[in-house]
Amino acid sequence: MSKNIRIIPRLDIKGPNLVKGIHLEGLRVLGKPEQFARYYYEAGADELIYMDVVASLYNRNSLHDIIERTAREVFIPLTVGGGLRTIEDIRDVLRAGADKVSLNTAAIKNPAIIREASKIFGSSTILVSIEAVRQSNGMYLAYTDNGREHTGVEVCSWAKQVEKLGAGEIVLTSIDKEGTGEGYDTELVRMVAEAVSIPVIACGGAGRVEHVAKVIEEGRADAVAVASVLHYHLVKNYKMDFEVRGEGNIEFLKSGRDFSKIVSADLKAIKEHLNSRGIGCCAAWR
Amino acid sequence: MRVAIVDYGMGNLFSVRLACEHAGIQPIVTAEADVMEEADALILPGVGAFGDAIKNLRERDLVSPIKDFIEAGKPFMGICLGMQLLLSESEEFGHHEGLDIIKGSVVKLRAKGICKKGTKVPQVGWNRISLPSSSTEDFWQGTLLDGLTDGEFMYFVHSYYSIPANEKTVLCTTIYGDVTFASGIIYKNINAFQFHPEKSGERGLRIYINLKKQIERVRDGAT
Repeated sequence: MSKNIRIIPRLDIKGPNLVKGIHLEGLRVLGKPEQFARYYYEAGADELIYMDVVASLYNRNSLHDIIERTAREVFIPLTVGGGLRTIEDIRDVLRAGADKVSLNTAAIKNPAIIREASKIFGSSTILVSIEAVRQSNGMYLAYTDNGREHTGVEVCSWAKQVEKLGAGEIVLTSIDKEGTGEGYDTELVRMVAEAVSIPVIACGGAGRVEHVAKVIEEGRADAVAVASVLHYHLVKNYKMDFEVRGEGNIEFLKSGRDFSKIVSADLKAIKEHLNSRGIGCCAAWR
Repeated sequence: MRVAIVDYGMGNLFSVRLACEHAGIQPIVTAEADVMEEADALILPGVGAFGDAIKNLRERDLVSPIKDFIEAGKPFMGICLGMQLLLSESEEFGHHEGLDIIKGSVVKLRAKGICKKGTKVPQVGWNRISLPSSSTEDFWQGTLLDGLTDGEFMYFVHSYYSIPANEKTVLCTTIYGDVTFASGIIYKNINAFQFHPEKSGERGLRIYINLKKQIERVRDGAT
């Protein structure tokens, strides 16, 4: 028997809200992250990822509250990333109830933090997030700050280096595909998945269930992060009383307009589709 | 009802604590021998390297309190590295002696057939736990797996696995690639698991609820 692929809802968080970045369009507010997390837990999510997308260095309290509330109701692994710079930052979110953290900017600026953190907290707790942008010559470079900052680091050699330094997994996001609904960058995922032995979580671009299957079959992903496909299904099909606080673009939520490029689906539909293609996954509904 | 969670500097004990609370057991995270001794049950968790873990247990004088607790016959649960530590030895980064409470060894997971490249280690994710092939259907009755069905999914993160010398101590097995290993061990008052029940959803929480029942049984039996 081969291994079971994990399907991981990815929740981008800004302040108290769950948001979704749309390519070239900015952030849409979708609702309360802990409400979505609870729903995904009950619907059979294998893990959850919380990403603090603005990564504000000040006022992280709302993120800590969200983690704490989530950890009390959701008994599957929770990864938290975004703006974690120091060992103390990592300790803080683990104390709030996260099981793993994902590092990006801090790791690129100071790769030694990967070794230090994995020694203190265990390799399996430390994930490195790689944001890849394809260059005109076909090469992939790692970026930081949601694809805004160029680092000049080549993705594959960086992936091998973080494995060597003790990272437990890699969260691999294609900035080109993220928020487009056009599908994952399978070429990128395959290149990295074949270069390292640690699990690679494919991220960015899913617009329908077939994309998830494709990045597993062709991209050799060990786990797949899904955002819009799941979030929009929930927004569309459940009249949840989404309480939206603070700033953000909520016009989208109010308008009820459809999401042209996204064919939304729930976790069950995704996993059934994978099973129908002979891909192993944990098909247990809680 | 109190359960002591042994704090020896290996990994995040927060989720174990929350799972206990969820099951209605009061958890105390401790490195104090007398707190451990007074508890109704003991949980030995752990994430990280075997050698560091044993070193930490020795430095904090926790080896005999753990052995004494098990000797006292009260419910004991080992999780992940906390299961592996119970065995005689490990080959993780050299050779290390374990607590030697259960005869056997801990070896590197070298599973083949997971992907084209050959191996994906650590195993990170959900996998099935099954009744050992030689056991009867009611084998899990009265154990911490009571009420769970054969083939249930649990959450694993590990690069090493345990080989108990006595096959009869195997509580459940799991297949990863071409390797079938003991994902659960039962020996006297010890139940130990390679997977993380506190991260395995409602089915995993069932194990904590069973621990609560086991504490009640031991207590009622004693009075």
